[in-house]
Amino acid sequence: MKHTLSVLVENEPGALSRITGLFSGRGFNIESLCVAPTLDHTMSHLTLVTSGDEFIIEQIIKQLNRLVDVYKVVDVSEGEFVEREMALIKVKAEDETRAEVLRMCDIFRCKVVDVSPKTYTIEVTGPESKLKAVLELLKPIGIKEITRTGTIAIQREKKTV
Amino acid sequence: MTKLPGKQMVVEALKREGVDVVFGFPGGAIIDVYDAMERDGSIKHVLVRHEQGAAHAADGYARATGKVGVCIATSGPGATNTVTGIATAYMDSIPIVVFTGQVPTSLIGNDAFQEVDIVGITRPCTKHNYLVKDVHKLPQILKEAFYIARSGRPGPVLIDLPKDVQNQVAEFDYPDKIKLRSYNPVVEPHSRQIERAFKLIEKAKQPIIYAGGGVIIANAHKELRKLAESIYAPVTMTLMGLGGFPGTHEQSLGMLGMHGTYCANMAMANTDLIIAVGARFDDRVTGKIEAFAPNAAIIHIDIDPTSIQKNVKVDVPIVGDCKRALKKLVKVIEEDGRPPEVWKEKFKPWWDQIRAWEERHPLTYKKEPGVIKPQYVIEKLYELTKGKAIITTEVGQNQMWTAQFYKFDEPRTLLTSGGLGTMGYGFPAAIGAQMAFPNKLVVDVAGDGSIQMNIQEMATAMEQRLPVKIVILNNQFLGMVRQWQELFYDRRYAATEFTVTPDFVKLAEAYGAKGFRATKPEEVEDTLKKGLEADGLTIMEFAIAREEGVFPMVPAGKATTEMLLV
Ligand SMILES: Cc1cc2nc3c(=O)[nH]c(=O)nc-3n(C[C@H](O)[C@H](O)[C@H](O)COP(=O)(O)OP(=O)(O)OC[C@H]3O[C@@H](n4cnc5c(N)ncnc54)[C@H](O)[C@@H]3O)c2cc1C
Ligand SMILES: Cc1ncc(C[n+]2csc(CCOP(=O)(O)OP(=O)(O)O)c2C)c(N)n1
Ligand SMILES: [Mg+2]
Repeated sequence: MKHTLSVLVENEPGALSRITGLFSGRGFNIESLCVAPTLDHTMSHLTLVTSGDEFIIEQIIKQLNRLVDVYKVVDVSEGEFVEREMALIKVKAEDETRAEVLRMCDIFRCKVVDVSPKTYTIEVTGPESKLKAVLELLKPIGIKEITRTGTIAIQREKKTV
Repeated sequence: MTKLPGKQMVVEALKREGVDVVFGFPGGAIIDVYDAMERDGSIKHVLVRHEQGAAHAADGYARATGKVGVCIATSGPGATNTVTGIATAYMDSIPIVVFTGQVPTSLIGNDAFQEVDIVGITRPCTKHNYLVKDVHKLPQILKEAFYIARSGRPGPVLIDLPKDVQNQVAEFDYPDKIKLRSYNPVVEPHSRQIERAFKLIEKAKQPIIYAGGGVIIANAHKELRKLAESIYAPVTMTLMGLGGFPGTHEQSLGMLGMHGTYCANMAMANTDLIIAVGARFDDRVTGKIEAFAPNAAIIHIDIDPTSIQKNVKVDVPIVGDCKRALKKLVKVIEEDGRPPEVWKEKFKPWWDQIRAWEERHPLTYKKEPGVIKPQYVIEKLYELTKGKAIITTEVGQNQMWTAQFYKFDEPRTLLTSGGLGTMGYGFPAAIGAQMAFPNKLVVDVAGDGSIQMNIQEMATAMEQRLPVKIVILNNQFLGMVRQWQELFYDRRYAATEFTVTPDFVKLAEAYGAKGFRATKPEEVEDTLKKGLEADGLTIMEFAIAREEGVFPMVPAGKATTEMLLV
């Protein structure tokens, strides 16, 4: 099962490599990893997508917490959460497909961020499932290059009054 | 407030942390710290002959005393030489602080002379480590390092000190207390969990206490004994837990696991309740995990949540310091009010079964005329030292025979590398322990292979006038590996026979120490007596039965009930 972990970690040199070293050293999976400073610049926020059965996820969370630099670990996929990922996709856009690509951008609310005579570069944001759908549809047209951010996630506020 | 250069901050911090001895080896990148120590003059430095020896000695000092051990090395090769020692301490949760010199900050990353990324190299085998880039942060880092090393689940911490930082000056504001927002080990166990644990104990018919290294780390041996005696439960110990409960106590079943007693392994396999205290269900203990204690409920007390439910499912996890947890549990038992006799009566059928196992296959070995059996040497060593020595071991058969045949009654009297299994650990560790306790008898039980891995420390021991006693069980084999080859590789002895071994008696003499040798059983006692009574550093070499095995043995990957017996 896939889990999205939100990790607050001291913004110290080496902290990130402690985390990635933990995953490789103990044979845990990392599917994606996103890091950025928080409002408090002495902390970094890390979103990490991993997978494993409940015992493995329990170990991963405990092992992360064991690192001296890790402040807090939350499995956001335990509850309601919002996740987003962004991709920049350079697609072939020659005469016969130019319009087709634009139509798809429209449907998926993607943005065209760069245009050349033979390509469009598209920005697409959404949950991973949306990115997957867009990629599936663009593949037959011809994807020249792609870069993705990896997932970031946040827990939803409790809606109960 | 005083301003100090980094090198002096290190010395001040050592003093404030109560460090009376450090083990090390100098070089260009750490020469400034050495100079500061020399000028200060209040910290005893033990000059080793190899940095691995320094790390193991600091570790031996820490295990023998419970205090933080300290070692110092230069950059590059000095630093990398400490790595085996650091990993050894890490696997067994031993508090040491390692200082390494580093090239000046301006050169870091340039492949400068004797530069190595020791912080990167030791990240997976330290509890935490630091590269100090700013001297202003050094006082805080020094305080943190000692605090992190000794608190929670202890472990090694490394501080890498670039040469320029050692000489830069800043305010020396050494914090008295420290609080880290991201590091707060849980020490106080949850009372609710203790009550749940007691409910399981009440229900149990065949309980067993499985005690590990955590009992020794926490100095919880008295509390453990109290628990065991108040419910009259049998106690088995891991290699690391030996001495955490008296080996001569009638409730002790001895060590469990791969080379544990028949009785301990049978009891673990048939128990309905395991009370695990500071033990981590290592694969040398569980054997084939699917077959491990199939009918048991498990209570697990451990300060490190990652140890709990790592290998086996646990019914009542108790996170916290086991000394406190045991105290609380004993209190609940006392409040319940049942006297020990009631428990004893309740568990009588269980004890009858246990005694039957003990009788069926006690720890034993076959005596053969004319050849020295290693077990006999250990038995005699036990008798002559009255079980009162601090024993260190090397790794292999020598280690297992010691664990089986020396009855450890007190904590911190067996210093052995369990988790990493580092050959060459025992002798430098003995040096560390002897530095801490100059008047105690410290004996390294060694194999002929292991002792050669740090034999150079003979010079260190001589220089410090340390009366360490080395007992070499010489089988001219890497015996433990040979045993596996005998049993599982059709006796193909690939690379395990030593055709050349130094004359250990002459070797001792070459270092200015004393050497004794026994080649016949009737010489054993006398040789031990001579060696133990001689002044100063001594080697006692015993030419033992070359192909003697360690039994019982659970073959790797087998269930713990599938023991090979003598
Ligand atoms: C050749 C060889 C053969 C071996 N054969 C055997 C064998 O037959 N049997 C055997 O048992 N071992 C054997 N070992 C050793 C084995 O590899 C492990 O090192 C050992 O079993 C681990 O012991 P432990 O579970 O007590 O854990 P340790 O490594 O001692 O870990 C201590 C545990 O206690 C916890 N702890 C620390 N401080 C506290 C505290 N204050 N409060 C509560 N908990 C705390 C820690 O978090 C950790 O989980 C062998 C080793 C070698 C080299
Ligand atoms: C540094 C290191 N290298 C290799 C091993 C693998 N090993 C485990 S026991 C052993 C044999 C040890 O031989 P010796 O010291 O003579 O002890 P014996 O088993 O003969 O008592 C070896 C090679 C190890 N544990 N440590
Ligand atoms: Mg040998």
